[in-house]
Amino acid sequence: MHELVQYITSYLGSDQTPGAAGNIFWAVVYVLLVFVGLSIAVICMNWLERKILAHMQVRLGPMRVGPHGLLQPIADALKLLLKEDIIPEGADKVVFWIAPFIVVLAAFTVFVVVPFGPTHAITDMNIGVLFMLGVSSLAVLGIVTAGWASNSHYPLIGALRSSAQMVSYEVAMGLAVVWAIMMTSMSEQGGTLSMIGIVQAQQQQGIWFLFKFFPLGIIAFGIFAIAMVAETNRAPFDLPEAESELTAGFHTEYSGFRWSLFFLAEYSAMIAVSSIAVTLWMGGWLRPFPNLLSGPTWDLAFSLIPGLTFLFLAGMCFYNTVRMPKHPLFKIQTIGLAGFGLVLGLIGLVLFIPAVRVRVNDIFWFSAKVAGFMYLYIWYRGTFPRYRFDQLMKVGWKVLLPVGFSLLILTAVVGMRTELWAQVQEALRR
Amino acid sequence: MDAMLHISTLHYLVLGAALFLLGVIGVLTRRNVVIVLMSIELILNAVNLNLVAFSRYWQGIHGPSALHGQVFAIFVITDAAAEAAVGLGILIAFFRNKETVNVDEVNLLKW
Amino acid sequence: MNPVTVNPPVATPFFFYGTAAVMIIGGILVITRKNAVHSALALITTLLAQAALYLMLYAPFVAGVQIILYAGGIMVLFLFVIMLISIERQEKERPFNKQWLVGIVAAAALGGLLIAVYTTTTKGAVLFPEGRVSYVESQNTQGIGALLFNQTTGMYMFAFEIASLLLLVAIIGAVVMAKKRI
Repeated sequence: MHELVQYITSYLGSDQTPGAAGNIFWAVVYVLLVFVGLSIAVICMNWLERKILAHMQVRLGPMRVGPHGLLQPIADALKLLLKEDIIPEGADKVVFWIAPFIVVLAAFTVFVVVPFGPTHAITDMNIGVLFMLGVSSLAVLGIVTAGWASNSHYPLIGALRSSAQMVSYEVAMGLAVVWAIMMTSMSEQGGTLSMIGIVQAQQQQGIWFLFKFFPLGIIAFGIFAIAMVAETNRAPFDLPEAESELTAGFHTEYSGFRWSLFFLAEYSAMIAVSSIAVTLWMGGWLRPFPNLLSGPTWDLAFSLIPGLTFLFLAGMCFYNTVRMPKHPLFKIQTIGLAGFGLVLGLIGLVLFIPAVRVRVNDIFWFSAKVAGFMYLYIWYRGTFPRYRFDQLMKVGWKVLLPVGFSLLILTAVVGMRTELWAQVQEALRR
Repeated sequence: MDAMLHISTLHYLVLGAALFLLGVIGVLTRRNVVIVLMSIELILNAVNLNLVAFSRYWQGIHGPSALHGQVFAIFVITDAAAEAAVGLGILIAFFRNKETVNVDEVNLLKW
Repeated sequence: MNPVTVNPPVATPFFFYGTAAVMIIGGILVITRKNAVHSALALITTLLAQAALYLMLYAPFVAGVQIILYAGGIMVLFLFVIMLISIERQEKERPFNKQWLVGIVAAAALGGLLIAVYTTTTKGAVLFPEGRVSYVESQNTQGIGALLFNQTTGMYMFAFEIASLLLLVAIIGAVVMAKKRI
């Protein structure tokens, strides 16, 4: 018993991730935390997407189910769980049953290496980025088998189109990722594929890779940003699952709980590729301006921001409580919204405690950047018209790929300019 | 029992041999060309397992940077990808002519 | 940079025998299923279990390459082709060809040869004795890169270039062969 407690507390002072330290208990705890956090994030994304899209289209979105529609995701989840489970006739039962699980497994396993902080990851593999790209490419298998197992035309065409699109944009994503890894090789510890190592390279070089060699970083980030939207089958690249084109594509024949698994996997994949983008280009868990605005006062100011964010959200809840209609039927909703605001305010106050502040800082900045990317996803959905499939493939192969290759060569030349210039001068001298 | 509990290089080699045999049986006995190609992939995987197991053994003798087996395994995976692409291209071209994917119906040159 | 971490293996016999069982069962399913899609899914399981075995052999880069290329690339290609040329009468045909007995006898002979090789040892000596193995996996990618690309220690640069040429030839060949009209 005593040595169990010893095992558990021996990790607490370490400066490694639980996987690297070999501590199974804390690794399992982190896995459960990531699982719960991801589920909460997907639920919030559901509500946020409907509300933000609605406000972009000058309407209100769900307002009835809870105060301002806050309980809508829970109602959706209940509906999906209680729906009748239909399996089409002639469908291959085993494969039909397995396909959603393959996609969900691929989408969730990616989070094993996502770094929320220098020690806040489940593990830090030597091949972190390679692992993330590889496991997210396993989702294609689930989509292809889902479309085939449905024994129907629309899902099959949708699955083949969707997987062709995902495979094409994986190449462009890979090139952008290679660009970022090339940048890590310019730091003094040498190049690395590990996610924590990439953020530490950005910290050591003192610049986010987004701003490195000024336009080149932004172009590489742009390639990755476009490719990641196409990779997750989101607008404007969502032809394979658009309702007016292919009646929901590969998940047409899936109803109820199985469809919710696809939905969960899609949003988890969105968060996963956004995590890759944040880690590789936007400095991971580093706060903004770590070198320009350095020093203990700026550190203190920036570390107050998590608490202030939650207090701001609580303030908005209370403001909307006051604006609620003064009708007796709205009493429960008003009390609910006030209670929600109270909970957010308490979380904000807890985040002001110095002990909590120090630990939560990294996780907060990482989550804030990923949340920014989620907002971008919803913004794209509300703004851009859909690409036709041949236009989609043209962009993937004929635009992103050549730009990626030329960017790699250009960056290599620019990165080695001093050595190359020395060699040119020596050749001219002879 | 103790020999079974400590996993040595020999365990990986025996597992590789078992996979190789399964692949050989698949190539020799199945009619569907796609399954024959998949059995060839099984054979290549068994070879890769051998290579990486021997690379680990070599690391024990020549130090942690003796990764020749792993480099060889990466080349084998690359070649397997090229071979699968070409083999499936041939399959599609043949299927367009004769509408079958069975190996023993490829008998146009039979007298 | 992360400190060079030493990761001694944990519960190796359990993981090895479990993964080996998954691989053998997957292999048997590959060669015995009538439905080609079931075979492909079993092969994917075998390939992923093989990636796990590579991780146990302290070869994380090969494991990553296996997942990306084999399970995520080659098997997607296989599934595409199976779904594009799949015809319904496949289900009703006999799966094994007429020479299956000869095939099994040949495989059994090969198996006997392999067993003979692996069980003959000199008196009491172990076949592959362990040296001083390191449990460090954090420099694996850098080591493979050094073998491939470094000017002093890289001896596989030429093979690397030939492999890229091979891939180019394979791409052109596959495109030409699968076109409807050349």
